[in-house]
Amino acid sequence: MSAMDTPTLLVTLAKASYLLAAALFILGIKRMSSPVTARAGIKWAGVGMVIATLATFAITGAHNVGWIVAGIAIGVIPTWLWGKKVAMTDMPQMVALFNGMGGGSAAAIGAGELLKYTHAGVAAPPLATLALAVIGALIGSISMTGSIIAWAKLDGRMDKRFTFGGQQFFNFAVFVAAVLAGLALVFWKLDASLVVVFFLLALAFGVLMTLPIGGADMPVVISLYNAFTGLAVAFEGYAMGIPSLIVAGMVVGAAGTYLTQLMAKAMNRPISGVLFSNFGGGGEGTAIAGSQKPIEAADAASLLYMADKVVIVPGYGMAVAQAQHKIWELSQALIKAGKEVKFAIHPVAGRMPGHMNVLLAEAGVPYDLIADMDDINPEFKTTDVAIVIGANDVVNPAAKTDKASPIFGMPILDVVDAKQVIVIKRGKGTGFAGIENALFYADNTRMLYADGKDAANQLISELKAVEGGGGH
Amino acid sequence: MIDGFLALYIFMLAAFTGKEIIGRVPVILHTPLMSGSNFVHGIVLVGAMIALAEATTPLGIAIGFVGVILGAGNAAGGYVVTERMLEMFKSSKGEKKA
Repeated sequence: MSAMDTPTLLVTLAKASYLLAAALFILGIKRMSSPVTARAGIKWAGVGMVIATLATFAITGAHNVGWIVAGIAIGVIPTWLWGKKVAMTDMPQMVALFNGMGGGSAAAIGAGELLKYTHAGVAAPPLATLALAVIGALIGSISMTGSIIAWAKLDGRMDKRFTFGGQQFFNFAVFVAAVLAGLALVFWKLDASLVVVFFLLALAFGVLMTLPIGGADMPVVISLYNAFTGLAVAFEGYAMGIPSLIVAGMVVGAAGTYLTQLMAKAMNRPISGVLFSNFGGGGEGTAIAGSQKPIEAADAASLLYMADKVVIVPGYGMAVAQAQHKIWELSQALIKAGKEVKFAIHPVAGRMPGHMNVLLAEAGVPYDLIADMDDINPEFKTTDVAIVIGANDVVNPAAKTDKASPIFGMPILDVVDAKQVIVIKRGKGTGFAGIENALFYADNTRMLYADGKDAANQLISELKAVEGGGGH
Repeated sequence: MIDGFLALYIFMLAAFTGKEIIGRVPVILHTPLMSGSNFVHGIVLVGAMIALAEATTPLGIAIGFVGVILGAGNAAGGYVVTERMLEMFKSSKGEKKA
């Protein structure tokens, strides 16, 4: 703390800058929660970050300044370039990865503080300081390794889930061991090897906790780890005596927790259920009778031609196929032909809430054509054709009818109520959660087996052909 | 050092602030907001910089160095990704108004 306590004018200015940065963060987040001001919001927060970082050099002075500058360069340059060029569809896992880095940074601060106190001759810190340094390190470590696993799963670098017998008991035991090691550090002995054991247990728990969680629950998990990192930053901020870290970290911790609740609510799954019930790892659900009925693009185009009202239900598959632009082109053709077209978005379609909205916005779809689940569900009964592109679990009627299904109870889009359903899908496989979809076997459903982009292209040209032949 | 109870008040007020300021966020902004708040906890970089500046042992410097790299990555990556997401809302809103 020596550097922080030097009361020079420069340090006072730096502390005032921190205050300004904290205010900018709060105003920035506030602005980011409204569509009108969102773009300004991130800029405000960005200005705050630059001010806080520059001001810190006034506090650190020349101590290890070469290392600091090198570290910032190594941290900023690759992530900046990577973040600039990564595809929009990969954004969720990028958020997970960057969040994991923040958690790791907080854990590193905790490790540095704890190891500092283990040196002979260094006075033991106050109990609260030590306790929060340990708690922050625990949460930050879990957030780091947990986020990395979440990233690997979303990026397709890892099997969807990993389970073994007695897993929950084993995970619980590891968690208890990590907490006990932390308690020992606070109340018994600040010992370097104990610090190492504590961190290994905490890092391992982050991995173990995330391994059994299925892909469909990943948005909630990333949001939760985002809140975790905020808390870890706040606690380490206390341990280091930096109020701006406390304020920014705590604001993110609270906002992130609230956001996590909103998402969990949208999926009708309590957060404890997400974390401890191995979603998608349980029962397979009741087997579905019947068969999937294929359709050719030309016939699908005729159905669209005869429809008055068309609802498009996009899912992650549309994102993977990069089909949003073509789908919007198809929609424009339908609108031009005098049909009512709407987009139905499930709250957790894609890999994150709002993911589909971002992609459709990218393609230029106006907001007023996009409907939330609660608004569109009563409308499916009057819908002539519903096009499902790359969505699966969020349209599975088994969530309402099959008590044995792992997704039973999850709110879904009632696509099955539409007069005719066209499902655009690459093949017959199950969705990300690995569950058979009863919608695909329904009598009013036809399967158009194709890549999303190709399918949209075919539908556009076939629709033109039908219109030409129809004498319009 | 911050007095214990004063710190508790800061924690409490910041927690209420965090919940209140995003109170009425529409679903379309959930992802960008998560990403934006992810950027804000990149302030951890400041803590890591000070920790690195205070480090005296090689191990302490190594840990602080890693902390600074990770914190800077969190901040830089979080900013770029959030800005790119929000950039798209502009074009769509513009079209709607036009």
